[in-house]
Amino acid sequence: MKDVSFGQYYPVRSFVHRADPRLKILFLIAFITAIFIAKNFYGLAVCAFVLLLAILFSRVPFLKVLRAVRGVLFLVLFTAVLNLLFRTGEKTYWDGPAVYWSWKIFSVTQEGIVESLFLVVRLILLVVCSSLLTYTTTPVSLTDGIESLLTPLKWIRFPVHELALIMSIALRFIPILMDETERVKNAQMARGADFESGNPVRRVKAVVPILIPLLLSAFRRADELGDAMDARCYSGGKKRTKYKKLRLGWRDLIVFLVGAAMVTGVVLLRIYLGWPL
Amino acid sequence: MKAIEFRDVSFSYKKGGFAISHLNFSVEEGEFVAVLGHNGSGKSTLARLCNGLLTPKAGKIFVYGEEVTDKNLFDVRKKVGIAFQNPDNQAVASVVEDDVAFGAENVGLPREEIGRRIAFALGAVGMESYRTATIARLSGGQKQRVAIAGVLALKPNVMILDESTAMLDPRGRREIVDVVKKLNKEEGIAVVLITHFMDEALLADRAIVLNRGEIVMTGDPASIFERHEELLTYNLDLPRIGKICKQLQAGGMAVPDTLDPEELAEAIARCVSSRNG
Repeated sequence: MKDVSFGQYYPVRSFVHRADPRLKILFLIAFITAIFIAKNFYGLAVCAFVLLLAILFSRVPFLKVLRAVRGVLFLVLFTAVLNLLFRTGEKTYWDGPAVYWSWKIFSVTQEGIVESLFLVVRLILLVVCSSLLTYTTTPVSLTDGIESLLTPLKWIRFPVHELALIMSIALRFIPILMDETERVKNAQMARGADFESGNPVRRVKAVVPILIPLLLSAFRRADELGDAMDARCYSGGKKRTKYKKLRLGWRDLIVFLVGAAMVTGVVLLRIYLGWPL
Repeated sequence: MKAIEFRDVSFSYKKGGFAISHLNFSVEEGEFVAVLGHNGSGKSTLARLCNGLLTPKAGKIFVYGEEVTDKNLFDVRKKVGIAFQNPDNQAVASVVEDDVAFGAENVGLPREEIGRRIAFALGAVGMESYRTATIARLSGGQKQRVAIAGVLALKPNVMILDESTAMLDPRGRREIVDVVKKLNKEEGIAVVLITHFMDEALLADRAIVLNRGEIVMTGDPASIFERHEELLTYNLDLPRIGKICKQLQAGGMAVPDTLDPEELAEAIARCVSSRNG
């Protein structure tokens, strides 16, 4: 059977793995806020330090975490290069000319170099922290966490329970539909379909005979699932109780304190220390 | 007491033809009924009518003496549970215990009670050691047992299995049949086993043969299988052991028509020894 541990959960037991998903999501939000509040490299250094600690306590190998960056490396470099070329400015941070090179609207300035570097660090921290969340939290408990965090929105009639159920069912059906895609693809290949050769347009067109049976079967499945849910007395979120309750523990207090300290630190550094160092 | 009673029930999916026509049928409390029929005989329609997934076009359905209406659907479904055919299309959650909890959550049971129900239901289907397993990684028979547990968590009085063994391999089929027998004998749950495997019908107290939406044969399984010729006209066949008897007779061996393996074995032994002696 194909491995269906989609996503990138890294199964070990660690401090970070066992922390409450809600706190981890909140921490990620705090972290993202912090790196955007940070106005200088000191602030980013604080964030980087906290993230390093988090990686250490998650027992996810460092290389595996860095691999997450590889996926967005192109995007990061592209943004950095654009930023470098279009940035103009007379500020100097070290001895040497303010402008190294310029041609028409492009130029390489000291300010551009520093700014681009700052941007790169920011983006990398962002990507690493987000993927650390998915490395240490199963999709199921992420869904639970999101549902719990959104609960206050019930107040304005936001369908929190329905949203959570949709996410949970989607997760449940990803492995099934993946298997099915494989099956349909093999069936079409057995009939002589060719998915690997030809120009891009042709290859995209070749996907249609996979998509249509897949879509039809998804509808049939949805129909049956609906019956099965009805048969088990499903009638929406009202009157419903919940078996699994997330409980906060000492780990979550620590996560909270670290997050709060980080944000405070970054804010103070922004107020009292200047750009870029 | 009659657990389910159909009084002159008709149902059609589209105008004209009837999927079920003028059906009178009942299931006693604690009874084990097998419903046999060829594809399109109205078996699944019958199942869906029993707990209000479908509403009859004419006639009335009673569950424990109460007529099924839009208002008491919730109570009816608590009493009459259905497990369906496809093991992949019944689970809403990715983890076994979350899925088994679904029905119990829907009716608003308190947390501790849901925990007890999960333990009871998984115990009844012999899956207690899989409580935190991922459903996608289970075998077909195991998935189907989880689906049955999900229905059992509502503590139904009647359990309907709508071809729940049809998509399973022989081993999975045996697992389900064993579970169903146990539920009927030990928990006293009435079972309506809808199937086109004749061997499974042998376990029932009573068998019903449906053909084009009408009951054409009813009685204890042995007496139904005695009417071999008639079964063939409904595109049904004998259980394997019955077929073996017929073949032995055709080969010139004087064995009786029987559904009891012991009896057949003795008869064969007698024939063989008289031939040799």
